[in-house]
Amino acid sequence: MPALSGSLTGSRTARLALMAGVILALVIFPFFASDYLLDVAFFFGIYVLLGLSLNIVLGEVGLYDLGHAGFYAIGAYTTAVLNTRFGIPVLILLPVSALAAGLFAYLVTSPIIHLRGDYLCIVTIGMGEIVRLALINNPLGLTGGPNGVYGIDSPTLGFLALDSSTGYYVLIWVVVALSILALYRLQRSRIGRAWNCIREDEIAAQATGIDVRAYKLLAFVLGAALAGVAGNLYAVKLMVVSPESFTFWESCLMFSIVLIGGMGSVPGVIIGAAAISLFPEIFRSFASYRLVVFGVVMILMMMFRPGGAWPRRRGGTEAQDLIRRLGRSRG
Amino acid sequence: MPAFAKKSAEVVLETVGLTKTFGGLTAVDALDLRVHRGEISSLIGPNGAGKTTVFNVVTGIYRPEGGKVLFQGENITGRKPHRIVERGIARTFQNIRLFQNLTCLENVMAGRHARTRSGLLAALLRPGSQVEEEKETRRLAEERLSEVGLWESRHELARNIPYGRQRMLEIARALATSPRLIVLDEPSSGLNPRETGDLMEFIKRIIREEDLTILLIEHDMNVVMGISDWVTVMDGGRKIAEGHPRQIYHDPRVIEAYLGGGT
Amino acid sequence: MRVFLEQLANGLTIGSFYGLIALGYSMVYGVLKLINFAHGDFFTLGSYLGYTMLVLGAGFVTTHLGLWGGLAVVVIVAALCLALVGVVVERVAYRPIYPAGRLPAVVSALGASIILQNLIMIIWGPRYQAYPAALIPNFPIHIGGMNLTGLQILILCVSFALMAILYFVIQKTTWGAAIRATALDRDTASLMGINFNKVIRFIFTLGPALGALTGVMVGMYYRQISFTMGWNYGLKAFTATILGGIGNLPGAMFGGLILGVLEMLGSAYVSTAWKDVFVFLILILVLIFRPNGLFGEKIAEKV
Repeated sequence: MPALSGSLTGSRTARLALMAGVILALVIFPFFASDYLLDVAFFFGIYVLLGLSLNIVLGEVGLYDLGHAGFYAIGAYTTAVLNTRFGIPVLILLPVSALAAGLFAYLVTSPIIHLRGDYLCIVTIGMGEIVRLALINNPLGLTGGPNGVYGIDSPTLGFLALDSSTGYYVLIWVVVALSILALYRLQRSRIGRAWNCIREDEIAAQATGIDVRAYKLLAFVLGAALAGVAGNLYAVKLMVVSPESFTFWESCLMFSIVLIGGMGSVPGVIIGAAAISLFPEIFRSFASYRLVVFGVVMILMMMFRPGGAWPRRRGGTEAQDLIRRLGRSRG
Repeated sequence: MPAFAKKSAEVVLETVGLTKTFGGLTAVDALDLRVHRGEISSLIGPNGAGKTTVFNVVTGIYRPEGGKVLFQGENITGRKPHRIVERGIARTFQNIRLFQNLTCLENVMAGRHARTRSGLLAALLRPGSQVEEEKETRRLAEERLSEVGLWESRHELARNIPYGRQRMLEIARALATSPRLIVLDEPSSGLNPRETGDLMEFIKRIIREEDLTILLIEHDMNVVMGISDWVTVMDGGRKIAEGHPRQIYHDPRVIEAYLGGGT
Repeated sequence: MRVFLEQLANGLTIGSFYGLIALGYSMVYGVLKLINFAHGDFFTLGSYLGYTMLVLGAGFVTTHLGLWGGLAVVVIVAALCLALVGVVVERVAYRPIYPAGRLPAVVSALGASIILQNLIMIIWGPRYQAYPAALIPNFPIHIGGMNLTGLQILILCVSFALMAILYFVIQKTTWGAAIRATALDRDTASLMGINFNKVIRFIFTLGPALGALTGVMVGMYYRQISFTMGWNYGLKAFTATILGGIGNLPGAMFGGLILGVLEMLGSAYVSTAWKDVFVFLILILVLIFRPNGLFGEKIAEKV
């Protein structure tokens, strides 16, 4: 056995143990948690999904997207409208919502994808607001105006009704787990590399043969689709959707999740989502102060850990290398 | 490895009447340039002569206002940069543009992008073909890294390796795209004499071993004289002289351009 | 026709508000490349400070200063307070973050905005507050058959005067040149002897002070103020900044006026409900087709 650098194996074992521990905790949790706690865990999961979805655009590619709530809204409203008007089962609407949000993202970002960082940021803010305002204005009588759409069905899997707090909990965390798996695969693929190159230096990326425009667009579409999934699950849980859940503030929260957690880092997003969704729960009694504290935390984070709470570890190539060498030595 | 005849008759890159303007400024004025297969061709001239602009037009970053760029007979004028890389032109930058927060290995693996195919579904489902492609990408990238002597640093972040090595890393990344033509923008800039010597040896070696053509911008006359087969001189956006290095060295027009006799 | 002119006047009024706020954004963005999200909240804070002064000092104003004097004092005090707040915010929330890069700075600005907005809500309450009508001089004016108010005319005059003064300051004085130079090329500017920190201090006093002034005027004009104003006005003002060309200060003012007029016309002739959408669409279209704004200069990136 070749000599192994202690820190590398140490951290690797530690991370595997941590992952196993988290999975165990997630599985055991419903058995002794109250409905209230399960609901909190559900919304935690929603924010993890939203954070992951924005992470594709912001963390991997480095595009400043402050209008992501718009895609979230499209997903939620697609589910709400198609379910209440046409009775389509909500779980079937999950991929449909993802598609709708993704398609919307494609149409809307195509003309602006070439814009420079800060300008893109402003445009995304505008887009998010346009979606919200359009929803309030109730075009074609579809969206129910400021009151939104209500009476969304509960999810059923065949004859298995999932409408208990536990059911929703399982649903969201299964989706989160699948999303994390997919994102890890993307990260370690040709696409993920292309995205990271674009984030580092667009011009160099182009000069290295990467179709920058296409990959940026792909990131937006995938990020929107995942946000659409979150929208579907949100609509299903709440049974009501209204425009006030999809404000610029929501986009800011998602943005903060990615930034506070660590750009491009999946564990970081989970931590960020925990901070965003659980932190206000703890401070529920200090309702208005909590936001001030939140703002202070944001600034302090940027001062002392601008890389995020759990920055992405580069050099995943090093770990893979080690595994290969271990494998070879065993002959 | 087969040896390729230097200065073959085949024209790999040609610009015909190439003109590029920025607002009122004419950066490149009706430039006719010809680079032959297997050649090391240098583009020299005082600062502001338009050399980097020529590179930027050839590699698709700018569209020219007039003229055309032909690569291996094909008109590539105004094509997008990544398409041009696919066609077979790779470049390095005057101010080194590496992917700073990626490892050296990841930087060079990026170079394989244009030569690989795996898309979204492949990334998610990991079929055998994708796994093979990834292995191949890694292998070729590691080869290029070894070639430039960066094997030990392959897991280091690009921004943490010394400047001279960063230049070589950028060249390795360009080579990873399996180009026919490499365009180097002031490759010896910032290098000490020993590193410059290593660079020259390296260029001479890869020209011998692979079917490559090299076009470079240089200010260091030792490099220009030491390795070029052909030299083109620009001043004020125009070509003012071209020929073998020895001829250029003594050309009075060239000397005057550098000493700022006019304009 | 009469309606059109009245709408035009309305548009110019609100446009001048956008323009004055936009100046603050444009200065900061031009020099620091930072979208100062907190700027809208400076404006809101100024408005609320004006409100408090008027309400608390009602007696004092009516007996000692008279309506006009009272307003003048309010405006000056509010502007000074905000100048101080601006400098403090820059020192505490922005300066330590600059080395970390643009993205952390944007987050920090967001954080500052959240803090300010919620502090305002905590101090003054979440409901609308109203500027006391009794303390605001007003009288109807009929010009050419139009129904305007004295207040509107006054505000228009003050705003235009301010913009003219600022135009002069920016284009003709050393301070203005220093700002423009730093915005164009920070390193060269400092090599030429321009003290970067002084420029920063200047834009973070002038911008917020202007914002405060605008806030008081908005309070007088619309009478109702809310702690969320900063967000709404801020975004529109930033649209004006982009319209005028980033970093182009006179452009920001014109951008504001144009935006205000377009918004009013849109609301009058298209639909009021969709007027905000209309404004955002303008923003997006400008960015797609004329990203350098209507008056901006192209700043090419050297490859």
